[in-house]
Amino acid sequence: MKSLTNRHIDFMGRRQWALTLSGIMLLVSIGAMIIQQLNLGLDFTGGTLVEVRYANAPSLDTVRQVLEQNGFQDIAVQTFGATTDVLIRLKQAFDAEVGHNIVALLRDSGASVDLVRAEFVGAQVGDQLRDQSGLGMLVALGVVMLYVAFRFQYKFAIGALLALVHDVIIVIGLFALFGLEFDLTVLAAILAVIGYSLNDTIVVYDRIRETIRTSQITDMGKIINESINATLSRTLATSSTTLLVLLALLFLGGDMIENFAIALLIGIVVGTFSSIYISGALLIPLKLGREDLIPPQKPRDEEEEELP
Amino acid sequence: MLNRYPLWKYLLIVAVLLTGLIYSLPNLFPQDPAVQISTQGDSALSQRRVERITQALKDREIPVKGVEKQGDQWLLRLESTDDQLPARDLISDRLGNDATVALNLAEATPGWLEAFNASPMTLGLDLRGGVHFLLEVDMDAALTQRLEVNASAMRELLRDERIRYRNTEINDRSLSLEFTGADDRDTARGLIRREFPDFDYQNDGEGRGARLVMTLTDQKVKEIQDYAVEQNLTTLRNRVNELGVAEPKVQRQGPSRIVVELPGVQDTTAAKRIVGATANLEFRLEARSDTPERETETIAFRNNPQRDATLLRDVIITGDSVSSANQSFDKNGGPQVSIDLDGTGGTLMNRATRSNIGRSMAVVFIEHKSRDRVEEDPETGEKTTVRDTYVERGIISLATIQSAFGNSFRITGLDSTSESSELALLLRSGSLAAPIYFAQERTIGPSLGQKNIDRGLLSVQLGLLLVVAFMLVRYKVFGIFANIALAFNLTLLVAVMSMLGATLTLPGIAGIVLTLGMAVDANVLIFERIREELRNGLSAQQAIHAGYERAFTSIIDANITTLLVAVILFSIGTGPVKGFAVTLSIGILTSMFTALLVSRAMVNLTYGGKPVKKLRI
Repeated sequence: MKSLTNRHIDFMGRRQWALTLSGIMLLVSIGAMIIQQLNLGLDFTGGTLVEVRYANAPSLDTVRQVLEQNGFQDIAVQTFGATTDVLIRLKQAFDAEVGHNIVALLRDSGASVDLVRAEFVGAQVGDQLRDQSGLGMLVALGVVMLYVAFRFQYKFAIGALLALVHDVIIVIGLFALFGLEFDLTVLAAILAVIGYSLNDTIVVYDRIRETIRTSQITDMGKIINESINATLSRTLATSSTTLLVLLALLFLGGDMIENFAIALLIGIVVGTFSSIYISGALLIPLKLGREDLIPPQKPRDEEEEELP
Repeated sequence: MLNRYPLWKYLLIVAVLLTGLIYSLPNLFPQDPAVQISTQGDSALSQRRVERITQALKDREIPVKGVEKQGDQWLLRLESTDDQLPARDLISDRLGNDATVALNLAEATPGWLEAFNASPMTLGLDLRGGVHFLLEVDMDAALTQRLEVNASAMRELLRDERIRYRNTEINDRSLSLEFTGADDRDTARGLIRREFPDFDYQNDGEGRGARLVMTLTDQKVKEIQDYAVEQNLTTLRNRVNELGVAEPKVQRQGPSRIVVELPGVQDTTAAKRIVGATANLEFRLEARSDTPERETETIAFRNNPQRDATLLRDVIITGDSVSSANQSFDKNGGPQVSIDLDGTGGTLMNRATRSNIGRSMAVVFIEHKSRDRVEEDPETGEKTTVRDTYVERGIISLATIQSAFGNSFRITGLDSTSESSELALLLRSGSLAAPIYFAQERTIGPSLGQKNIDRGLLSVQLGLLLVVAFMLVRYKVFGIFANIALAFNLTLLVAVMSMLGATLTLPGIAGIVLTLGMAVDANVLIFERIREELRNGLSAQQAIHAGYERAFTSIIDANITTLLVAVILFSIGTGPVKGFAVTLSIGILTSMFTALLVSRAMVNLTYGGKPVKKLRI
């Protein structure tokens, strides 16, 4: 990897390509969100979910039939992890006893069944959680933007915000595109992606700020390019370690956090791309200039730079 | 001198690390599945009786690992979770009603660690199995109930003062009384106002339709609702305690919700019946034939819906006035509940029965229920779930008052012993101040819990291994420093979580894994910077110094922003998401400490103050 640090990749020269690629991904994502719509999980829609374990792998059709004959409608039956584990979803929220009723029904039909877990979410809770989550995401973006504007400058804040929105839209879009279930853990993952991608972006911005202050280069594109190249090996190293642990989580963590791991994986890849390309490249159309950082320049705050 | 720490810094680091080690250690000792036996009052279990129980367990080939006495409770440690249920059943069979037997996970922290007050993290429901309920308190019903009580008292006041009123009506948060004339209304207004200051009063209409509209003040509405939730919390705590669950959690969430978590409970139906029961009793007089119709209500019998009786609307007392209730049997062996009333309840009851000997009094059983139904919008075809709430009332018994009642009496006419014992439990633990509905329920079987732990641990181990290998290959000697810092980071993270009493959940484990991946970031930043400074021609010592110094702002800025996001995640999140946010936040803080201070200390110890030609980085 050492060769990377000596190589000067002209990121800014190719920024049109990167922006085009991002544009396409954003279009696909937004399209998928509108056409396919998000496959919202139980947490948000309300409804009932029952996971049962059979002693012997059952036929899913039989399970469905047994339940339909007993008046359950709108049910989805699928295996979960192993062929003996069956997940039954009811889009409607019946009363909360439904988990036990289902196990009882399946037992009556002659199979040996155990209840692994049952979840029931009332419709109001789901709606409320959905609103709350959307709001939480906006608040997170807002607070972060304020912090960046305070620590850097508002043009950086806009750049960082757009990069984050870009990441979030693409992750959600891909979840819509592939019909993956979007539940609370995925939401947590997306907020973690915001944190992570921001982390990356800040490191790049920090370097841009430093280069503007210390070098004599006037061409902003060149400054940004140099800063991205200087932080490139760090960006890639951190992304690699994070991706490594996420792969461990994806393959070993079990089905219950599979989507969480997928969301983070997509998010980290997109976030790394966006902090290399998008957040830096956006500073050029935003017309960031030396004067944005230099005029109020106080003597460099020594206390802040000192190690504890 | 470059790259040397004063002694106190080393000492500080060593002190922090030692503390971290002590408080994280208890997590290495797995908790024992156990059965907890608690007895009520003075009927404490004797040593001999417990010995007989352990012997009986051994005869059934259920090995007992240890027996401990904790206050009034006995704890039997078992070898495996599979033995818990059979053991509990056997013990409850033997002890019958005298004791409550609950499943538990007992800490196995050695004594010398306990001396430091160190204890392991509690495991979340997704890791140990159990039930989680989210209950919604019906705030509208709380208001209506309060208004009904007030209306009843106002009617009594008006009757005493011989003021004629025609009708009472309850709407959302207001109460309206209709009078035969404006004069009556004005007198009544003066009277009522003195006794009920929590209303805003308004006149409406004149002459025969003159009405007095009383609206609860905003402050009172809030007070009533707060009281309803707090009262329900207390009642639910009492009920959960009666269930005999170890380490239950009953907490308020937001303005109108209550979370109940019962770890280790497997019979969720029973738990739910008790927790969610909204049953209450009302004692009312039977109407006389000349009672005006607007003051009466016809209610069917509970065990014979064909039969009904006409009762007065006014309630003498409700189950809230019951101070204790016990299940017993009457002369014919039928189930009955003996009830003791509290002071005010006794007085009210005595007054009502004394002047009405010869009339009949009914005991009415009330239950609030809800039903979800799906409604389809005829235009858009969009389906929405609507919750209908309804009240079920049924007469349990109707008997002639033979003599004035005192503070204690009995209720007969119950269907079965299980009904009588449940009614006694409910009356004892208090009724709910407002009806509650299940908004959410999660049941996690114990096998899933164990599977989640195993998988979580495996992914932490593998993730850690991968990161360690990556850092070694990429940064050589400095990689070793970073890895040691990472190991300390994990230790500190676990220690802080244990000290805070945080609950470890599956997303929490995911948070730990993710933190590990991101924790090396600070060191990566520093090391890359050192490499860069070396390329720029600085000497080894200067490069180390500059690397740490220049990476510092980046690290602080990047981590503070991430921390902000984590805090927001914590404040909006519920349950599992909160667990993740907690882990992430603590992880950010500990990783900053280990990456900045601990790795620097190691670098300083290795290179500081010596002539160094070449850094292996």
